[in-house]
Amino acid sequence: MKLELRGLAACHPAARAGALALQPLDLQVASGEQLAVIGPSGAGKTTLLQAMACALPPRSGVLRLDGQDPWALPRHELQRLRGRLFLAPQVPPLPPRQRVVTSVLAGRLPAMDLLASLRSLFYPQDIPAAHDALQRFDLADKLFERVDRLSGGERQRVGLARALLAPASLWLVDEPLSALDPTRAQQALATLLRQARERGVTLVATLHQVDAALANFPRIVGLREGVLVFDLPVAEVGRERLARLYAQHEHELQTDAAALPEEQVPQPSAPVVMHCR
Amino acid sequence: MSTATAPSADLRAPPARDPAWLGRVFWAGAGLVLLWPLLVATEFRPWTLFEASNLKVTAQFLASFLPPAHSAEFLAMVARETWRTVAIATAGMTLALLLAWPLTLLSTRVLSVSALSGRMARGPFWLRQALRWGLIVLRSVPELVWALVFVRVVGLGPTAGVLAIALTYGGMLGKVYGEILESGETHATETLLRNGSSRLQAFFYGLLPQNAGELTSYTVYRWECAIRSSVVLGFVGAGGLGQQMDNSMKMFHGGEVLTMLAVFVALVALADHVSAQLRKVLA
Repeated sequence: MKLELRGLAACHPAARAGALALQPLDLQVASGEQLAVIGPSGAGKTTLLQAMACALPPRSGVLRLDGQDPWALPRHELQRLRGRLFLAPQVPPLPPRQRVVTSVLAGRLPAMDLLASLRSLFYPQDIPAAHDALQRFDLADKLFERVDRLSGGERQRVGLARALLAPASLWLVDEPLSALDPTRAQQALATLLRQARERGVTLVATLHQVDAALANFPRIVGLREGVLVFDLPVAEVGRERLARLYAQHEHELQTDAAALPEEQVPQPSAPVVMHCR
Repeated sequence: MSTATAPSADLRAPPARDPAWLGRVFWAGAGLVLLWPLLVATEFRPWTLFEASNLKVTAQFLASFLPPAHSAEFLAMVARETWRTVAIATAGMTLALLLAWPLTLLSTRVLSVSALSGRMARGPFWLRQALRWGLIVLRSVPELVWALVFVRVVGLGPTAGVLAIALTYGGMLGKVYGEILESGETHATETLLRNGSSRLQAFFYGLLPQNAGELTSYTVYRWECAIRSSVVLGFVGAGGLGQQMDNSMKMFHGGEVLTMLAVFVALVALADHVSAQLRKVLA
């Protein structure tokens, strides 16, 4: 799916009036492109993702998905359009008493009618597909486990496995690695990227792990305080820019020296600044 | 604390009294002043209970309770009516559920698609509001009043009791189900809706598994209430144990009243126990 944001500004629904979480910005994402959004906490990464997912109506400006303005559509058409994109929130949206197989198959709901989805509650309709999706995230043995028996990292990967079942051509993934250890994180990210590429799905992910973003994504967007700071191919994102993006948030900039080609000497890491949030 | 500040602490006099004291006295006094007109309005004179003539009436009434009736024929009738009471409660609850669920689904704000992105659209908002008011009306008419109405319409018997419980409890369940669904975690449901699921799909895959325990526990508790309530409904002719108790009281058959009271207490205790066990399993 092709994405086009023109002068798009958005504010968080809970925010007081006028406080824009996202200043007007222009962004174009071609179909099948893979894009990472980075930036310090509170930069508006999640808001940007929600605006792209038609979850937040823009304050001003236009969003176009495949050339179509979703907010000009009647409500049921908008809902159908939402079925063609997949938004994975940072906290995995899994009811604790549900079984993993049901949670994963829930990704397919937009493509199922009510009767089929009810039948699937009594007997999971496509166990092989759910198993396959879980296997790619190394969770195949948890297929019939209940969600509340899983660890935080396992839940997050179940949330990601759901994407593989969704009838979507745009994946919007919010902090997919926040609960994963480095090995799992790399594996999960590689799976998402490969699957997106194989299916021709457009992938936009917000990432806290800058080195993971630089190592895996061809295009990086830097956000800070709701402003688009840069939008560059990964090769052109230098240490300079990153340092400026994360100024006063150095403790969030967990880069790996290896990921940055122009970095000569690994400098001692900046002292961790304690922020009260 | 350093030693330098210790002498100055000694110089300070201990507080003469509790600063909260005056406020407490005031509010206690205000409470009593407010309560007084209520006692007058309700003609609350409990000491009349212990006047000699009243004591004699009470004693006669209680004495007539003994011995409890225990003929085989009577006990068989009590067993039949007890079963009927349970049946009234259960049938009433089933109908109430049939009434409550569609209304809950239509009125809960969590399943609003337009509220996903800011304010709920006007049409759906007023539909939900109107249904809520409907539920409140259903619930605020006591089941006793519904029973009196239905006894007129369908005649004496259990049908009136079933219908009365169905209406009042339908309103009650619908309202509380709505509150449970809205007070719980809605992240899963919201995400499903945002990803293009229909409202009912989001309900069955997000909202229901999230709240199933609490919903079932409340339903079981209400079933227990319905059993107690169906006995009371019997007094206005809506069938079951209550109706028989009313008959025996009017005929001054104290022994029969005692037996049925004992059975009633046992039935309520049993329902209480079953419901507590079920809720423990579900929690």
